[in-house]
Amino acid sequence: MSGQMGLEFVQNFPCFSIMLCMFAGIVSSAFKEKIARVLNVAVLTVNIILSASVFLFTVRAGEAYVYVMGRFPAPWGNELRIGVLEAGLALFFCIIMLFCLLGGRHKLVQEVEEGKQGLYYVLTDLMLSSLLALIYTNDLFTAYVFVEINTISACGLIMIRQNGRTIEAAVRYMIMSLLGSGLFLVGICMLYDLTGHLLMSNIQAEIAQIVAEGAYRPPLLVTIAIISVGLAIKSALFPFHAWLPDAYGYSTVSSAAVLSSLVSKGYIFLLFKIIYRVIGFEVFHDSKIVNMLFIFGLMGMVFGSLSAIKENDVRRMIAFSSVAQIGYIYMGVGMGTQVGMVAAVFHVLSHAATKSLLFISAIGLTDVSGGSRKFIELTGSGYRNKCAGVAFSVGSLSMVGVPMFSGFISKLLFAQAAVQNEGKMLPILIVLGISTILNAIYFMKTVIRIYTPVDDVEYPTVSWGENKIYAAVLLCFVALNVFLGICSQPIVDLIESGLRMFA
Amino acid sequence: MSRMKSEEEYRKTKAFHFFRWLSGEKDPYIGNLEMKPQEEYIGEETSIRDRMRESQTVMDKVYNTKHNRWLLLFRRFYRIMAVIFCILLAGLLLLTVSYLPPTGNASNPDNNEVASRYIESGMQETGAVNIVTGMILTYRAFDTFGETNVLFIATCCVMIMLMVEDAELKKQEVMNDRRFEPKNDAILQGTAMILVPIIFIFGIYIILNGHLSPGGGFSGGATIGAGMILYASAFSFKKTQRFFDEKIYKIAKVSALCVYGLIGIYYYVTGANGIENHIPLGIPGHIVSAGIIFPINICVGIEVACTMYAFYALFRRGGL
Repeated sequence: MSGQMGLEFVQNFPCFSIMLCMFAGIVSSAFKEKIARVLNVAVLTVNIILSASVFLFTVRAGEAYVYVMGRFPAPWGNELRIGVLEAGLALFFCIIMLFCLLGGRHKLVQEVEEGKQGLYYVLTDLMLSSLLALIYTNDLFTAYVFVEINTISACGLIMIRQNGRTIEAAVRYMIMSLLGSGLFLVGICMLYDLTGHLLMSNIQAEIAQIVAEGAYRPPLLVTIAIISVGLAIKSALFPFHAWLPDAYGYSTVSSAAVLSSLVSKGYIFLLFKIIYRVIGFEVFHDSKIVNMLFIFGLMGMVFGSLSAIKENDVRRMIAFSSVAQIGYIYMGVGMGTQVGMVAAVFHVLSHAATKSLLFISAIGLTDVSGGSRKFIELTGSGYRNKCAGVAFSVGSLSMVGVPMFSGFISKLLFAQAAVQNEGKMLPILIVLGISTILNAIYFMKTVIRIYTPVDDVEYPTVSWGENKIYAAVLLCFVALNVFLGICSQPIVDLIESGLRMFA
Repeated sequence: MSRMKSEEEYRKTKAFHFFRWLSGEKDPYIGNLEMKPQEEYIGEETSIRDRMRESQTVMDKVYNTKHNRWLLLFRRFYRIMAVIFCILLAGLLLLTVSYLPPTGNASNPDNNEVASRYIESGMQETGAVNIVTGMILTYRAFDTFGETNVLFIATCCVMIMLMVEDAELKKQEVMNDRRFEPKNDAILQGTAMILVPIIFIFGIYIILNGHLSPGGGFSGGATIGAGMILYASAFSFKKTQRFFDEKIYKIAKVSALCVYGLIGIYYYVTGANGIENHIPLGIPGHIVSAGIIFPINICVGIEVACTMYAFYALFRRGGL
């Protein structure tokens, strides 16, 4: 029993990139902080190259391929499955992660105890490996193992800046996240009991048969509900978002950016995968759980924004805005149509690119306001750090949905999907409108605040040359945002073809 | 009472010592052993008062339960709802289980080609007599590599939480290590002297026979880790550090994981590309057999033992 013959060398790259991250994490735990940092940047760069070549390969091949991890083919062994969507998302995650870490590096040095900075890079390496494994895997249990790695390393990323608030946030995150993992595990156990498989494609075949026979209806429904709720807790969908503001608001800035833009997206992508490849799109749609996700998503869009408006702390405001944006994604899932899914996937990209930009640029603004995050202190900070001011404005405009930026395209896609959906058109359009206005209220309030001139400036002015890496990262983020906003059509086409390969 | 020996002679015999010990007249340890009764921890009065004041402030300012009736009401409501929710969830899950296929039924969906191939040809294909080990370390080697990394990253997180980096604090922690218990407990040391080598050997046996009998890297590593914890608590960290300090810990952990990773990646890539695998399976039942399982078990064992001991040391004094 050997694997499939005649693989091209490029097809090995997904396996290489997962293992490379793990090796980097393991090896850098033995070395000093500096080596760990260099190794981390090197691994991320190599991973970008590897993922880009896999992405090009899959686009050219036009179909997904299966990579057997070992001598035994699935269902006996483990396997990866790589299509356009997977490879593209892996590439995107690696890029965002590199930017987040580079952009928050100067804060990391200030905020984390000296001997423990090396461990930060160990955590991020393993975090990336788990994200890649979640993206590529075709096996539910492998997914669970890497969800565990993801959870533990996310806790570490939150609490590595040690003050009371982060410890509290990490404990809260851990409890909620473990609850989510637990529900997910119970769901996997039930699926195994019903189908006898852990491999995604085999489970789907068995479930199709079960549904056709009409057997096991109640446990199947409960299983779908449990898995959806478990992953919704981990990705902070509205009623389960209590852990989010502290975790994003008080941790060191790279952690906040990585958690908001990548970790929650990893779980959402796993949910997409489960919808398409485990449960089956039709079965999932017929189960009515989809309507619950839809309602929670709509509520999140409104209530997340309302909490953000009430907030007087800029970091926590951005964090609450994440709740609203996650609500958008779940609304797209909840529409139950292919177009809605495309919009949701695009919003995953758009939100990841924008939210990390906002977190990283906000840190530049608070730094020139004496480290305070209160709005009153931030007045005029856009003049004191021009680079961060511009970047923050771009991020805000994108979040509000101004044309030219990525947020506009995702709102447009959601609206288009809504028009094609008869039953849910009205609620979607109304909530989309309300949410956009609420977004505009709190983001424009901040932008106006940072560009209000003050007479007696007591804080220093920072020019962009003082921290060149930071300025370059902000520039890259802005470029990425504008790129997603302008060249959206090819990306949407790729997402569509990716979703076709996905199923 | 007639006696063959005089009182003085009798006092020298073993029987006298035995009966004296039995009746509890003399404790052999008194005077020969450093004794220190356990002290109850008594905090400083000011710090206790500070803490009480803080918690009072929290209750007054944040919750203000006295004046905010709604909050009080909400907290009661919240508690009741939480209990109801838990009961409902438990009921729902139990109800769901009752719908699942009955356990042990031959026609269950999980009695399929996957399980049958593991059982029927597991020994031939993996070389392991213990099918469970063959399954987790050969068929699903990737999962187990992830699982080992879970342990690794858990140690990293505990280090972030508890590792003491400051040199002054570190010295203090080492000094305080035996604040609450006596040094050199003769009973503990005597027992540890006998037990620790046996535990180590047993742990090594479990690891090396992982592919032949129940056991493997995870259970054997845990056994060795327990032995090391026993040794450290009996003979203090100073003696443990003679053979296991932070440097050796790092070398052992990193090399074990790296070797596992290298074997893993060799196995995945050769398997996926259909290249011939040069690791021989050996004869099932022999100690050196079962291909990649044997070295992987050793690596997992080292990693698990290191993790167990590191947890203990970190929780006890914030460093290895």
